[in-house]
Amino acid sequence: MTQQIAPISVGGVLRAPLYWDVVAIILVLGVLAFFANASRDLMLPLAELGRHPLSLDPANLPGFAMRTTLRMLAAMALSLLFTFTYATWAAKSRRAEVILIPLLDILQSVPILGFISVTVVYFMSLAPGLVLGAEFAAVFAIFTSQAWNMAFSFYQSLRTVPDELVEASRNFRFGAWMRFWRLDVPFAMPALVWNMMMSMSGGWFFVVASEAISVGDTTVILPGIGSYIATAIAQRDLAAVGYAIGAMLVVILIYDQLLFRPLVAWADRFRFEHEMGAEPPRSWVLTILRRSRLAAWLFGPLGEAWRWSYRFSSPGQRSKTVDSGEIDTGGWRRWIWFATVVLLALLAFYEVALFVMQGVSLAEVSKAAMSGLATMARVFILIAIASAIWVPIGVWIGLRPNLARVAQPVAQFLAAFPANLLFPIAVSGIVVLRLDPNIWLSPLMILGTQWYILFNVIAGASAVPSELRYISSNLHIRGWLWWRRIGLPAVFPFYVTGAITASGGSWNASIVAEAASWGQDKLQAYGLGAYIAEATAAGDFHRIVLGIAVMSAFVIVINRTFWRPLYYYAERKFRLS
Amino acid sequence: MQKDAYPLLEIRNVRKSFPRPDGGALLVLDDIDLTLRDGEVVGLLGRSGSGKSTLLRLIAGLSRPAGGSVNYLGQVVHGPPPGIAMVFQGFALFPWLTVLENVEIGLEALKLPRDEIRRRSLAAIDLIGLDGFESAYPRELSGGMRQRVGFARALVVHPNILLMDEPFSALDVLTAETLRTDFLDLWSEGQLPIKGVILVTHNIEEAVLMCDRVLVFSTNPGRIVTDIKVDLPHPRDRLDPSFRDLVERIYSEMTARPATERAAPRAERFPGVGIGTIMPRVSTNSLSGLLEAIAGAPYDGKAGLPVIAAALHMTVDDLFPIAETLQMLRFAEIEGGDIVLTSEGNAFASAAVDDRKRLFSQHLLMHIDLAAHIRRVLDERPSHRAPRSRFSDEIEDYMSPEAADQTLRAVTDWSRYAEAFAYDDQTGMFSLENP
Repeated sequence: MTQQIAPISVGGVLRAPLYWDVVAIILVLGVLAFFANASRDLMLPLAELGRHPLSLDPANLPGFAMRTTLRMLAAMALSLLFTFTYATWAAKSRRAEVILIPLLDILQSVPILGFISVTVVYFMSLAPGLVLGAEFAAVFAIFTSQAWNMAFSFYQSLRTVPDELVEASRNFRFGAWMRFWRLDVPFAMPALVWNMMMSMSGGWFFVVASEAISVGDTTVILPGIGSYIATAIAQRDLAAVGYAIGAMLVVILIYDQLLFRPLVAWADRFRFEHEMGAEPPRSWVLTILRRSRLAAWLFGPLGEAWRWSYRFSSPGQRSKTVDSGEIDTGGWRRWIWFATVVLLALLAFYEVALFVMQGVSLAEVSKAAMSGLATMARVFILIAIASAIWVPIGVWIGLRPNLARVAQPVAQFLAAFPANLLFPIAVSGIVVLRLDPNIWLSPLMILGTQWYILFNVIAGASAVPSELRYISSNLHIRGWLWWRRIGLPAVFPFYVTGAITASGGSWNASIVAEAASWGQDKLQAYGLGAYIAEATAAGDFHRIVLGIAVMSAFVIVINRTFWRPLYYYAERKFRLS
Repeated sequence: MQKDAYPLLEIRNVRKSFPRPDGGALLVLDDIDLTLRDGEVVGLLGRSGSGKSTLLRLIAGLSRPAGGSVNYLGQVVHGPPPGIAMVFQGFALFPWLTVLENVEIGLEALKLPRDEIRRRSLAAIDLIGLDGFESAYPRELSGGMRQRVGFARALVVHPNILLMDEPFSALDVLTAETLRTDFLDLWSEGQLPIKGVILVTHNIEEAVLMCDRVLVFSTNPGRIVTDIKVDLPHPRDRLDPSFRDLVERIYSEMTARPATERAAPRAERFPGVGIGTIMPRVSTNSLSGLLEAIAGAPYDGKAGLPVIAAALHMTVDDLFPIAETLQMLRFAEIEGGDIVLTSEGNAFASAAVDDRKRLFSQHLLMHIDLAAHIRRVLDERPSHRAPRSRFSDEIEDYMSPEAADQTLRAVTDWSRYAEAFAYDDQTGMFSLENP
């Protein structure tokens, strides 16, 4: 991105002394070494991995953590590429938009963990016998957990670029390429960075889950924190589990400091409207890079080259015909397009139906649907319990600005921490205490996702205008009346946003939470997650696809009939502003 | 052929319409003729909704006319032509670029060499009085400074025509005046690299102060009503009697129109203000405020529009909708630049709260057909309830969905004040129940 270039403006920005350069050079070299190191093994034959079983020596953990992180980065790069192309296409072409956006909506609801088992075999066939194929599969799995909401946010930003800025860019004859990088991307940047952060948080969960996969007879163990913990579970090594959790904490912390803090601080300049008095986010890494002569020397030419590339896009023919829908875009072409889409959809439906029906009976479908009901009951009960706990706490924290400043990043951090790393501890407890897995495995589903409720509620309570708080104390509104009339309505829209995220995440997590193991002990709860997990272990692709389809259907129906109406209701009635 | 043989800009018979959801078209500009010659500043003066900004966008090549032709230096305008630059009402600066980068960006798109871009940008910044602010971001600047960046950015590309879309209306009075005089000084000293200017405004004094010619627009659809030549010497003095005369003349020109339009046979199914009339969203507080102001000393029921506007610190765009609503409600009459209260208007101004509401309710149901229509439907239905969509669908036959929404909101507001009927936003239902 061109804007990465630090101040090259003529304003006589103070150049800091040499030591910033030293720090900067270390940072840059570190990144290079990191990439070189982590990608060294990609071309090894797959058999190499199987030959030495993963060692649980904690000394290996930094290396593993590095591999895990690199997978995340690769997936993020892919997601960005997808976002910039798919969302742009959807935003610029009304014809494509009709199908692309609902498609995105559906993809968002498909349980990603179910995906992994299906795709891993495919990707391994692409690079037979090489580690590369398995890596592709893992990266793809993480990609599917990150890309959709980023694309959505980018699409929405593109649709809301202020008219005057669009007109200015046309009046000054920007080419399409120049407009994209000078107007569209900068305008979308703050929302995109925020969504990248959310995606990353979700991504850790899936990177851990995707490193150790067995589909039927195919077992893939990619070196990383996820496979380390899988091995630790198989060997019942509680200490190793502890090491892995520690390593993950450190990784997320470093990630936050080196990547996201700087990104957020940097993206702040693209914010279109600035609330008065809000402290702009800061990052020490960004400050170093901005002050460093070396960084300017390094990135300056890059930015220059990028700008130079604008020259190759002329204002072009497209800008001539753009108008506010006055000209009907050729009727028959539109029909052909719709016919093609419908035809493709029918074909896909036939394909899926054939595939499922070949392997499963109608009884199997109803079995999957029944277990879906069980999982649905779990998700709703868990969301209710988590709400009852976190909403009051969140409101209480949010109304105390000093506390909120500390608690908010902690809650976000907890949401980013892959909860599946904590599963072994809980599972070993259930095994030892001989508890009922149908009940006690359930809380694992919401372990990682409850924090979305907490930090959204904190954000909502912090946003309550002080006048509203003054007037309530002025009128002596207290106790239950206060909660009913002020506290709960004020945070409701924020709560709904958090609960939607938590609910979606919990469905996904059910695939790893409803069926867990500790060494030789296998625990299973009755539910759709366990159904998919079991089908995956058996390598029964028909039932995997059936399970995924049923779960997607559940998620979509619940979203459409429950969460979405609730969200619009909250937005209309309770949004303060 | 010589390019000089052509006028800078020539517009013939231009029409512009926007599609409506029912497939029809809403005409916003009709039969526009306009010629811009070298060294001319032409003002497009009209109220909001008169299509003057739309015309500016046609000239800029940002949208296309439905009929007629726009010729720039003898060439038909298809897309944004080089040599026409625009200054925007909301400044339209890129908030992520510094002042210098904002100015440079227009030249970057022209693919000039790097050092020329820098040289010309610094020159433009210098000319417009921005030196020292090169590395500032727009958000660090005041409104006036931001608009200076807007001017610098437009001038740096050395355009033949400068288009200004209400460039001073987002600024406070003092700042706007400074910017106007600065611009006029540079223009009359010949320091600006431009040949002609088109200024869109709804401020009559601004038009008289800056323009050589003022074109007055009517609304719905926008047509050019008069072409008034302003040949006062620069610098012009607002207090000069001939300046005041011109302002008065334009005022009555702009207020004369609604009366003639109502007389024209575009009447709807109902006499008076048909349900197809677009209502401005004017609060009842503004209505009573203006009534009280006119009823009180020193006006005693009759005031000149420019006078009352100046006394209340309002622009034409603020004042006209209120005055027109009063006229629709028969609380006032507008004639020849004056607003005169009717006897009911005077009665309203001196009444107490409950009497005001009663009087307002009577006039609302008698003279605003949409309000009367809604009330009638509610009275006729056994449930005394009716969905909003029933009425919005109905009036969308006459206007755009946005205008229909605005009209319904206005009528809802007035009816709530008059306690003529109630509306529940949650359910979207009108009803007769009043808690």
